[in-house]
Amino acid sequence: MSDTVGIVIVSHSKDIAKGTADMVRQMVGSEVKVAYCGGNPDGGLGTNVSLIIDAINDAWSSKGVAILVDLGGAETNSEMAVEMLEQERRKMVVVCNAPIVEGAVMAATEAAGGSSLEQVRAVAEELSAG
Amino acid sequence: MTLRPDTFKSLVKVAAEQVIASAPELTALDQAIGDGDHGTNMKRGFEAVLSKLDAIGAQPLDEAFKTIGKTLVMTVGGASGPLYGSFFLAAGEALAHKKLPEDLAEVFGSGVNAVSARGRSQAGEKTMLDVLVPVLETLKADAGRGDVIERVRTTAAEAVARTAPMRATKGRASFLGERSVGHVDPGAKSSCVLLQAVCASLEAQR
Repeated sequence: MSDTVGIVIVSHSKDIAKGTADMVRQMVGSEVKVAYCGGNPDGGLGTNVSLIIDAINDAWSSKGVAILVDLGGAETNSEMAVEMLEQERRKMVVVCNAPIVEGAVMAATEAAGGSSLEQVRAVAEELSAG
Repeated sequence: MTLRPDTFKSLVKVAAEQVIASAPELTALDQAIGDGDHGTNMKRGFEAVLSKLDAIGAQPLDEAFKTIGKTLVMTVGGASGPLYGSFFLAAGEALAHKKLPEDLAEVFGSGVNAVSARGRSQAGEKTMLDVLVPVLETLKADAGRGDVIERVRTTAAEAVARTAPMRATKGRASFLGERSVGHVDPGAKSSCVLLQAVCASLEAQR
């Protein structure tokens, strides 16, 4: 089987991130790699660059990784995490401008069909273009 | 104004301690127009910086800035981590081929540009840039003057007060729209706290 785009879910809340990942797994199955993280370095609500980097590496695929985020800090911290990756991986990760739950499900569905990172992102972002 | 390694170490210590001490005030400001975590986030970040103070003090200035930046990025846990982190990472990058004090405005400007790029924001949007940009202008205009430290202090204090009547269009406060008016921006306040601490420390060491 050819590789599929990996999905990373970054929420301020670990429960939301996990719940979103559970929905993706149930609706899309296990052929797409999904990683999630949530919470600040103390475990409270927030996001954590170091956990985001780990999640990107966990979901890594030769086709790249699409990140879905909830609120502002999750986006800023995800962009920071991407910049701290190894040089050759940076261009293969995108932060999608899409609602986290719907975006993750749509992105994973598209990824499961073997689509490119740009196609996966475009499908997730159509949700916000509404 | 000169910046010896021991001077720098004590600057970092004073600035970090001031941010930690102001955490309750920053949190109160953030509860008014944000999600109420700015104080605790900044406290966690600068406690991590303090824990690395000896290593930071032993590094060349550019590396020390990058260590501070990376520490903030990794420990703050809110949007202010990448924002302040990017400031120090970019200023550290600039310091690799610039000198202090003569290139201070340029080094500071590199940091301010990085914050602006990271937040996709400009001055006037009720953010930390509403303190950082006026201070940069003061540094550009008055770098050679003997009273530049005092002028930076005044600029920062006036700039933070000017964020109160602004309407937020970036960050969490923008969700509030008009209701963000009347409150000082927490990020502008933490920038002011940092700058005031650095200035006070420099004045004390003169």
